[in-house]
Amino acid sequence: MTRTDAPPVRRSLVSAPSRSDSAFTAVTLTAGATTVGIMLAVGLFLSIRASDALKVSEFSFLVEQQWSPETHVFGIAAILFGTFNVAIVAMGVAVPLALGTALLISEVVTGRLRSALVSLVDLMAAVPSVVYGLWGLFFLQANVIPVAQWISTYFGWIPFLRVSDAAGLPLSEASAFTSSAFIAGIVVGLMVVPTQTSVMQEAFSQAPIGEREGALALGSTRWGMIRTVVIPFGKGGIIGGTMLGLGRALGETIAVYMIISPIFTINWQVLKTGTNSVSALIALRYGEASDFGLSALMAAGLVLFLITLAVNFTASSIVARSRSGAETG
Amino acid sequence: MSIISDETTLHPRVGGEVDAPDEPDDLSGLATSIPSVEGVETGPRRNLRKATLDEKFNLFGAAVASIALTALLFGWFTPLTGIVGWVVVAFLSFIGFYILLVSLRSDAQEVKDRIMTALLVSAGIILFSALVFVVAFALIRGKDALPNLNFFTETMQLAGPLDPLSVGGIFHAIVGSLIQISIALAITIPLGITTAVFLNEIGGRFARFVRTIADAMTALPSIVAGLFVYAAIIQLITHQRSGFAAAMAITVMMLPIVIRASDVVLRLVPGNLREASYALGSTRWSTVWHVVLPTARSGLVTAVILGTARGIGETSPVLLTSGITSVLNVNPFSGPMISLPLQVFDFVKSPEPNMIARGFGTAAVLLLLVLTLFTIARVFGGRGPGQLTDRQRRRVAGQSADDLKRMARLTNVTTPVAATVIATPPAPENAAEHRESSEPPEGTQLFPAIDPPHPEETSP
Repeated sequence: MTRTDAPPVRRSLVSAPSRSDSAFTAVTLTAGATTVGIMLAVGLFLSIRASDALKVSEFSFLVEQQWSPETHVFGIAAILFGTFNVAIVAMGVAVPLALGTALLISEVVTGRLRSALVSLVDLMAAVPSVVYGLWGLFFLQANVIPVAQWISTYFGWIPFLRVSDAAGLPLSEASAFTSSAFIAGIVVGLMVVPTQTSVMQEAFSQAPIGEREGALALGSTRWGMIRTVVIPFGKGGIIGGTMLGLGRALGETIAVYMIISPIFTINWQVLKTGTNSVSALIALRYGEASDFGLSALMAAGLVLFLITLAVNFTASSIVARSRSGAETG
Repeated sequence: MSIISDETTLHPRVGGEVDAPDEPDDLSGLATSIPSVEGVETGPRRNLRKATLDEKFNLFGAAVASIALTALLFGWFTPLTGIVGWVVVAFLSFIGFYILLVSLRSDAQEVKDRIMTALLVSAGIILFSALVFVVAFALIRGKDALPNLNFFTETMQLAGPLDPLSVGGIFHAIVGSLIQISIALAITIPLGITTAVFLNEIGGRFARFVRTIADAMTALPSIVAGLFVYAAIIQLITHQRSGFAAAMAITVMMLPIVIRASDVVLRLVPGNLREASYALGSTRWSTVWHVVLPTARSGLVTAVILGTARGIGETSPVLLTSGITSVLNVNPFSGPMISLPLQVFDFVKSPEPNMIARGFGTAAVLLLLVLTLFTIARVFGGRGPGQLTDRQRRRVAGQSADDLKRMARLTNVTTPVAATVIATPPAPENAAEHRESSEPPEGTQLFPAIDPPHPEETSP
């Protein structure tokens, strides 16, 4: 068994990889590198092409409202404002619905109904955005105008809910309401609700059973248990889900493009026709853009990408932290 | 959580999955015993979840009162009009009446609980009815175009905006969508799954970097992906819009989705399966190929199908890259090639009612396609790695039983059958070819190791 004639040599415990293993490692490493290559190519290409336009416009890119790259006067102030305007309306619609539905699914319904609702939420997240756009264009636009008119009539004293012309006189004809950030926001909100619901529901269902039973055993009602156990444990999921939805809402193109009528000034009146978004701007202008115009669009796209990137990373780190907290707590 | 009834505690169901098969009867004298229920009177079981008559009446009464009040307000007392206003007023008065009725018999905590439950249920009803309505709206408005068979077999080449629905169709868009998604899948599946394998099986600092980058790319707005392909491939290389460019844009969108989903699935493969495989002396590659990937198969299929459903419905990257045409084009490398979502978008830009009807028909086709893909994904998925269907479990159990007979014949051991079963190594799938070897050869299906012992195996 042991060889006594040879001097004791320290034997390496690392075995040489077999030929199939080195091939396997090489192939998977290549795949990983290719993926990173594609992703970095997108980022680098965007930055390099965008820098042409950014060199010309410099800081005014962020504060200028006009968009005419041909005369070198262009900026994304109005467009970015519109993007956030639509996204904030969308969050106003989506977050209460998503929160309520997530709590409903994780706390109220049970058994087969629950799994059916979970499947339905996942299914809705896969519905193409053009379908939501069709609904917004052909159904919602006509039906929501009376509501918008009513809000602007009775709540017009709140500055951003007023609908007025340049002279400050209130407008009431339907054409002043047709293509507003409000309508686009409702459609985008419905589009992101499923994403938010499924993240929140997952976070809520991880609330520890011991604490739940403790709350119930101390005599709390179901809502008392939800308020003191489920929501504190799911706080990360609520914030993270909201931000993931926000990231999608900021980048949404087709539904917004189909509904809004693009303008290039900051429009504080949410209910009034005319808004814009970065993605709608790209879809609108890429075709006739010159080389420099395309570079300006790239710069706008890059800014949008950086914003959604920041939002998404914040969201996923919050979700991840809350998840580990739920496990230890 | 649930209250276990006395019957189930005292008489465990024989052959249930939770029962340990190696629990001999003769040890019952030593085990913890439960007092007999003979002679103890038990009342009928109460259903603890059922709503009481009181609660039902509160709901019913509040609903009736709110409808009546709203009808009065809108019909007689005030100049209110409009269906939206009606619903809002009815809902608010329902909540008010419900508070009133509940507070007659309960304290503040109880009232709060009831109100919040009512609000949660209404949030769910609003959301699901809105979502179902969005989908149904496209399907119902699409019913004008769908019954015409030519809608699926003809292209729009010879059909103008004013032509009736019996002329022209979306065959070119269906073909275009299929070609584009096939190219995208041909790139995404190998690259995405191999990358996910790299993230999980190789690991290390570079793998973490890859994972971060893939996560970052899920944030890429789809229109920016389209803009990238437009500037990098169409303007610099091909100088024309084509199906291939559109497929590239879809790939950039789908790749991070597939990587992320497959990564999650592969992470769920139990570590002891890998360790068992390594302990049997297999290499990394054969562990991945014979253990990890088969175990995660259903989850990977689900990941790919869900990615496909997302990719096939993407409009904005295709808008910039594929170009719009009304002619059938099967060559992805030359000339514009339209796809279903873009065709919807193109149809509804027209003011003609027939074109809009076609747009809704196309959206219905797209929607049905996505629903089908999703259903397939659900049928495959929904099970964790290594969880078997009944049929697979029966097959594995049958293999185990055959194995047992074979080994008993070979060794002529007369030990009790139950003891042999516990000592039996995982059954080789190709058992007949390895009669002499008692350890599973390379290529063994390790499913039986994580399968709970099946009653059929233990019955002598």
